Amino acid sequence: MTPTLASAERTLRFGYALTVLGLLAVSAVYVLAICFTPVEVRQGAAQKIFYVHAPSAWGALVAFALVGISSILYLWLHDTRLDLFAASSAEVGIAYSLVMLTTGPIWGKTVWGTWWTWDARLTLTLFLFFLFVGYLALRAALHDRGERARFSAVVGIMGLLLVPFIHLSVYLFRTLHPQPILLKPSSPSLPPEMLRTLMVGMAAFTLLYVGFVTVRYAMAQLADLSEGDADAV
Amino acid sequence: MTAPAEAPLLEARGLARSFGALRVLRGVDLAVRAGEMLAVAGPNGAGKTTLLRLLAGLMRPTEGEVRVMGRRLTRSEPEARRGIGLLSHQTFLYDDLTPQENLTFVARLYGLRDPAAAARDALEEVGLTHRAHDPVRQLSRGLLQRAAIARALLHQPSVLLLDEPFTGLDAPSAARFRELLAAQLARGRALVLVTHHLAEAWELAGRVAVLVGGRWALEEARPARLADFLPRYEALVHG
Amino acid sequence: MGEAIRLALAVAAKDIRLELRSRTALLSAVVFAALVLVVFNFARDPTAISAMDLAPSVLWVTFAFGAVVALNRAFTVERENAALDGMLLAPLPRSALYLGKLLANLAFVFVVEAVTLPLFVLFFNVSLGHALPGILGVTVLATIGFVAVGTIFSAMVVRTRFAELMLPVLLLPFMVPPLVGAVQCTARLLAGRPLSEMLGWLRLLTLYDIVFVTLCTLAFPAVVDE
Repeated sequence: MTPTLASAERTLRFGYALTVLGLLAVSAVYVLAICFTPVEVRQGAAQKIFYVHAPSAWGALVAFALVGISSILYLWLHDTRLDLFAASSAEVGIAYSLVMLTTGPIWGKTVWGTWWTWDARLTLTLFLFFLFVGYLALRAALHDRGERARFSAVVGIMGLLLVPFIHLSVYLFRTLHPQPILLKPSSPSLPPEMLRTLMVGMAAFTLLYVGFVTVRYAMAQLADLSEGDADAV
Repeated sequence: MTAPAEAPLLEARGLARSFGALRVLRGVDLAVRAGEMLAVAGPNGAGKTTLLRLLAGLMRPTEGEVRVMGRRLTRSEPEARRGIGLLSHQTFLYDDLTPQENLTFVARLYGLRDPAAAARDALEEVGLTHRAHDPVRQLSRGLLQRAAIARALLHQPSVLLLDEPFTGLDAPSAARFRELLAAQLARGRALVLVTHHLAEAWELAGRVAVLVGGRWALEEARPARLADFLPRYEALVHG
Repeated sequence: MGEAIRLALAVAAKDIRLELRSRTALLSAVVFAALVLVVFNFARDPTAISAMDLAPSVLWVTFAFGAVVALNRAFTVERENAALDGMLLAPLPRSALYLGKLLANLAFVFVVEAVTLPLFVLFFNVSLGHALPGILGVTVLATIGFVAVGTIFSAMVVRTRFAELMLPVLLLPFMVPPLVGAVQCTARLLAGRPLSEMLGWLRLLTLYDIVFVTLCTLAFPAVVDE
């Protein structure tokens, strides 16, 4: 089904609205985190980076899973919209994983003195980042639309299946090389105010993700339409 | 419905191909019978290459279907491919292997009994036996074309698709190629010839079609004289 | 089924014959691997870390880089004269094409590894001894994994302008699980550890091979068919 110019523009406007809402929500999270959430005892104020770090990791994972699922659906249904959606999700996902990968070391260095640890979450997000890079680089290097869609779908599905193996590798690695126990307040016994801020953060970042992807998707549709018109005889 | 004896060897119904919003081919029908040649002409960008790739099974249609000898050409049923041969600008040959090695490999791909013998026979038919054991890289353009023809006909396809084969041929070579086409038609093959040079194969064509903007602007029995046809063709292409 | 295997072997035989005729890719890969080993040798401080600690990693990084160089040839050779289209025209199941390419690539990478291993023993003064059969087994297991993924990726990147750059960018994340498993097993084998200590890693390698060979076989038609 081919979208019309009007529907793509509607989607774009809707996306902008969602993005603005999302940005407001994220600002609200900052305010909540700084002013209305207690300071963590052991780590001090630096711990508050967690309220950005954890939701962006979540966002990257969601983005990646959606790339994988759209890829599977695209190869099955051959609907170009699924391909455009996957590409949009990947672009937003790489941004989120970059946020996670920069906040992680900042947090780590400030609180525990090390820039990087090979713990499960950081390692996985690093791999997601590399998979996003490969996915987007391949797309950029392919000029035939059909090839671009099919090849990136295959990479998306393969990436999805790689994730459990990364998990397994990290798990096997760590049971043999026990890492120092890093206390991160992500265990269920979070005080209620922290949990609340975290939940709000998750919701805000998810909303922002939806907004970004909608905008990007609409822009991709518009680009697709204009290319189609130019070649239509 | 035509009687079974006249059933077309190659048929396409409602053939369409698009990439997202870009529609390259918009609903093309054709039927080519044994011993018949369809000449396809049209401006660049009309979709002729796409049409040929769809008929060859190298591309999957967005809509419609292709049938070779009644069998649908789909990915899950590779058998219909046996009936198709393609002669293109590219020779599909490996430069570092000899014609004999190349064709033996192709014979294996098509599951022919005694691949090496089939390769030898095909090379003999095109007069390449004397160079059968030299790497393809060393062959002249004329000999390369012969090797490509041998490769296309090796598995005795019922349908032969030709992509602008007269390009770059001088008059004697073009005449020889016309003889080859006539021989294939006499053998009962169905031919689809995509060409810019309608004059070259006018007499051999049974039907002629003009593709403009992804659909037939014209598809009919070949008019008797090319001179009558050309003005109409110009009008369709430049109109 | 038997037909598909016969066709796969025909494709593999053709590839091997082609490579033996020109030999360029194989020689480049072997020379590259040898050079990597030499660089590793000069890049380490012999007094600081004992050779045995680093040995497995050095070996496997070398294997990985050599494999990437060897993998690039698989589909570049099909570009000349649109030979790939020639194969796709035939009633060739795409899975047979993939398996044939996989077999040929495995043959090439095994050759690179077979040349690299003795060089490694030579340069790093490592004694393999009783560990050799185990190391060979692990090498086969791990190589199947990353060559399977490398084969399908090389089919994709051949359509891009900088194929030699794109292939590592796409492939390296996928090489990590087999590499990690291989290094861990190799280290334990060299240290003479019992098999029970490697079971987890061996399972990882085997599972990876099964999953990705299957997945790549299923996904291959989407790459070569338009």
